[in-house]
Amino acid sequence: MINTMECAVDAQSLISISLMKIHNSRTQRGGIKLHKNLLVSYVLRNARQVYIKEKYAEIYRMQQYEEVMTVCNEIQELNPLDLDAEDADDEEQARATCCSEEASLCSSACHRGTAQSATHARTASPLFGCSSPEDGSREPDPYYYRSCCMEASPVSHCEQLPASNTTHCNKTTVLDLDTHVVTTVENGYLHQDCCCDALQSPAKKRKVEFDCCISDAEELSDFTAARKRAKREECSYSSLDYTDTSNISNLISIFGSGFSGLLSRQADLEQICSKQVLASLGAWTRAIVAF
Amino acid sequence: YCCFRKTCLFTYKNNNAILSNSDIISTVEFNHTGELLATGDKGGRVVIFQQEIENKNQPQFRSEYNVYSTFQSHEPEFDYLKSLEIEEKINKIRWLPQKNAAQFLLSTNDKTIKLWKISERDKRPEGYNLKEEDGRYKDPNTITGLRVPVLIPMDLMVEASPRRVFANAHTYHINSISVNSDDETYLSADDLRINLWNLEITDRSFNIVDIKPANMEELTEVITAAEFHPLQCNTFVYSSSKGTIRLCDMRASALCDKHSKLFEEPEDPSNRSFFSEIISSISDVKFSHNGRYMMTRDYLSVKIWDLNMENRPVETYQVHEYLRSKLCSLYENDCIFDKFECCWNGDDSVVMTGSYNNFFRMFDRGQRRDMTLEASRENSKPMQVLKPRKVCAGGKRKKDEISVDSLDFNKKILHTAWHPQDNIIAVATTNNLYIFQDKVN
Repeated sequence: MINTMECAVDAQSLISISLMKIHNSRTQRGGIKLHKNLLVSYVLRNARQVYIKEKYAEIYRMQQYEEVMTVCNEIQELNPLDLDAEDADDEEQARATCCSEEASLCSSACHRGTAQSATHARTASPLFGCSSPEDGSREPDPYYYRSCCMEASPVSHCEQLPASNTTHCNKTTVLDLDTHVVTTVENGYLHQDCCCDALQSPAKKRKVEFDCCISDAEELSDFTAARKRAKREECSYSSLDYTDTSNISNLISIFGSGFSGLLSRQADLEQICSKQVLASLGAWTRAIVAF
Repeated sequence: YCCFRKTCLFTYKNNNAILSNSDIISTVEFNHTGELLATGDKGGRVVIFQQEIENKNQPQFRSEYNVYSTFQSHEPEFDYLKSLEIEEKINKIRWLPQKNAAQFLLSTNDKTIKLWKISERDKRPEGYNLKEEDGRYKDPNTITGLRVPVLIPMDLMVEASPRRVFANAHTYHINSISVNSDDETYLSADDLRINLWNLEITDRSFNIVDIKPANMEELTEVITAAEFHPLQCNTFVYSSSKGTIRLCDMRASALCDKHSKLFEEPEDPSNRSFFSEIISSISDVKFSHNGRYMMTRDYLSVKIWDLNMENRPVETYQVHEYLRSKLCSLYENDCIFDKFECCWNGDDSVVMTGSYNNFFRMFDRGQRRDMTLEASRENSKPMQVLKPRKVCAGGKRKKDEISVDSLDFNKKILHTAWHPQDNIIAVATTNNLYIFQDKVN
């Protein structure tokens, strides 16, 4: 009799379960069952897609907070004007309410050296674009950080924002200081952009032990090729500093995964990554110059 | 057909006390007359039952099946080159149409197909000139006369002998065999390839389908079942893990990679889940006896296809839709990978398939009725009419209904078979073979 209490249908546990199944199939009598492993790889792919989407959403929210903090500090350094006490309070409040999640996640995701400027660039630009186009009455004050890019409201209205802050941020508004053009970018792009760049930092050459019994010599050579490709995927997991995810990455490194469904998404992300990084890099540079 | 009674129950047990893995029944198949019923198990044994009819002339005859022959078909093997153990489990048995006094069947494990001859011996020779009765040679000096040995009756002995061994043709695991209506050839299918054999020739086979991609990383589907058309010797179908069925015509080309017809029903996007690919994988495909339809079984449903309509099935029957919300648990305990088979009755009016908790389901196509029955010792005395069961999917459970949460997922019926003419069915639970008969009016 199975435990019919619905198991947590969350992507991460499904990934763990699936990898364990693939791992166990190596030692099962009769050799690796191609059919079953193919089906498990589909579950793995589906769970991975959901997992990545969720993680990116989280990271994005974390980065919002992190970047807000960082740029705010920098603004204070750069700006000769001292903030009024009450403004400082507003800022504190905004920081606190802007993002409720720990910064650790964000920092771990974005701490790679090569990605640093890019991520800062991406998240910094929204800050300067936070004033909504309609709201012409407010002077866009670049050196006051905008606590939340989502609603494009100034600091003083930050108290209203917590509810929306914690909701999924769908759009990012970017104000180009050169052209004064406001553009809106979908979240999806920027998530992948940021994190992907972090992922692209040098793939560790892990020795993948792949001594499993494969049912024939053909499969052996096929899996060897698949294993090498699978190494690139390891980065996507290893960059996120959870214990579970590091377990996942270890499991992946042990036996790899060879089906294209798992690989295609990574390729897509990288393409989007490079374009967006360049775009936001330019914005950051211009923003600095404005000071 | 509604009054099935249990007539026989056979329990497979090597040791009396312990149920071992090798006692698990893995395939069940009636021969073309229904007189013989063959089963294969995980231990590589084949057990054949023979029908004995009491008083067939009486209006309400009861038929019983008794053990006819038992033999070890396959043994565990070890592939030294690949360091792989090859399971002895019998995946499929298929009978050949009878041509002479002997019976022939094909049985297969993951790698090797064997043709077995089952013959009866009820006479033995007696009266040798040079040998004593016990076989010792006589002293030639004592031989004075010459006589012709005579055949005298003896107790019936059923012998099974392997006549052909078809080996080394499959890299992947064999999932199906199917005898052609031409009585000369048969096909065998593994995950990626289908081979055509001549029953007389064991050292070569023709590859007729190969879906292995050049780069294994691009693999998206495997072959899950294959069957020859019952009447057209040039036609066969194979099902895939993606829920598609391809019909191929061997007259079109030597290699049937390009299908003649593709049967596929578009997925319902509202039902999309992590497990959509798994539950759409087809576990069995069977032509109807008249050759106009085919039936497929996926995890939750049975579908009937008209061979002339490719874009959707003509009938769909839900076997246990209440499991849709339990897919995650079923994935965890591996039940979602169970491969259920399905079968037609003699006149193609009813289809049958198994489920969990020792339940099996029948769908009457003409009367649009379905029934759930249970194969269990506790709930039926011999010749007692089986009571229909009902699973309560949610809400208030009525009396006699069983709630989904109390289903036993270790008790699964994967293999069922229907007598080709009569309403006699064979249902295999884990290690028990039940035979039920519908009272003939």
